[in-house]
Amino acid sequence: MDQQAIFLTFRLAAFTTLILLAVSIPLGYWLAFGQARWKPLVEAAVALPLVLPPTVLGFYLLVLLGPQTAVGRALSTIFGHPLAFSFAGLLVGSVIFSLPFAVQPITSGFRSVDREILEAAQVLSDDRIRILRKVLLPLVRPFLLTAAVLAFTHTVGEFGVVLMIGGGIPGVTKTLSISIYDQVQDFAYRQANSTALLLLSLSFLALLIIYGRRGRAGV
Amino acid sequence: MSEYLRIDVEHTLGELTLRVDCALSAPWTVLFGPSGAGKTSLLRVLGGLTRPHRGRVVLHGRTLADSSNGTWVSPAQREIGFVTQRPTLFPNLNVTANVSFGLRGLSGRASEERVVQMLELFQASQLARRMPADLSGGERQRVALARALAPQPRLLLLDESFTALDAGLKSLILEELTDWLSKHKVPALYVSHDVAEAFQTAGDVVVIEKGQIKAQGPPETVLASQREQLLRQLDSSRTAAK
Repeated sequence: MDQQAIFLTFRLAAFTTLILLAVSIPLGYWLAFGQARWKPLVEAAVALPLVLPPTVLGFYLLVLLGPQTAVGRALSTIFGHPLAFSFAGLLVGSVIFSLPFAVQPITSGFRSVDREILEAAQVLSDDRIRILRKVLLPLVRPFLLTAAVLAFTHTVGEFGVVLMIGGGIPGVTKTLSISIYDQVQDFAYRQANSTALLLLSLSFLALLIIYGRRGRAGV
Repeated sequence: MSEYLRIDVEHTLGELTLRVDCALSAPWTVLFGPSGAGKTSLLRVLGGLTRPHRGRVVLHGRTLADSSNGTWVSPAQREIGFVTQRPTLFPNLNVTANVSFGLRGLSGRASEERVVQMLELFQASQLARRMPADLSGGERQRVALARALAPQPRLLLLDESFTALDAGLKSLILEELTDWLSKHKVPALYVSHDVAEAFQTAGDVVVIEKGQIKAQGPPETVLASQREQLLRQLDSSRTAAK
């Protein structure tokens, strides 16, 4: 099995999950409770990776992160190198591609909180962070777990976006799914099978965690 | 007690248009009316949970809402305690953490003392470490009352808050509560649709129907002016009870 690809994939999935949780909690809160008229626009943008072919997303990210755009040049200055075909570029792509898998469960979690409980907290405290930390987040914990597991496993299984942005450079951007693709191209079915089996087991375990927790939490 | 609350608001919610223009001065006022009359809507406007389309709310001389100049004080800054019909305790916090949730600017020790005092007032000291899921309906409501009073609000809103309590406990709690409110000079506005309860307990009664105030004043005056309608309502609530 490709040890480098395993390490890289899990590092990418861990960072992506952490970033997604940090982004999705405030975004999910706003989508659940905000009243802006342009909210559907944001909801549609967040859900876009669900329906978009990964190659389309990967292509636009590749263009956006390249030296021809202001964003690409700015990111190159920050990171000291172009983001395309680098781990940082892969991370940006993964975060965008897996965004709906984290935001949607968290938004559903916030929406499921009894409105009267939220109002009781608002009558007692003005501190939104305190209400979020002490009341809301504990109530949506099963949804946070679902978001984290989905974001992690979805990142582990990414192929199209990773290939477009990263190009499959060994040790830099070559993840497990690309490793399987390369092994199959080389007729190395035995290695491809063991890598695929790892991904299959991981995916099954993730779903088992989600459904197990849902059963216990009654979600 | 002199006038403490001045309300002049208009708010449309579905088919109900709330048009209320009144002042309250009795320490214990019962807001009375049939279901769907706008009692809860009015309490939500006072508590800051609903922003009225037009009007003004002034509590103890402080403007809480004024649509003419955009004044809007958030629910937590209004110094109003609010206890709803269905006790909404925070399910992940124990009773002590629930009661202390609204306490600000107190030291840890002062906060603990306040919680103990409030739980004692509502005969709930033995529940301090329990979680809301382990409490009966009546126990939850007592904790909700303790939580609402712990920050020492300047007005208490009670939306049929005693329906989950049995008759004996209800009268005991009511007695303790009114004593505490009178000692701390905190007025209360109590929503009820029970004619007998409304007229037995009230200092003043405000009768609301279809979003508008039909009568206001001491129980005997309101009873005399609204006799026919109240008797009809008493009959219908007795029929419903059967």
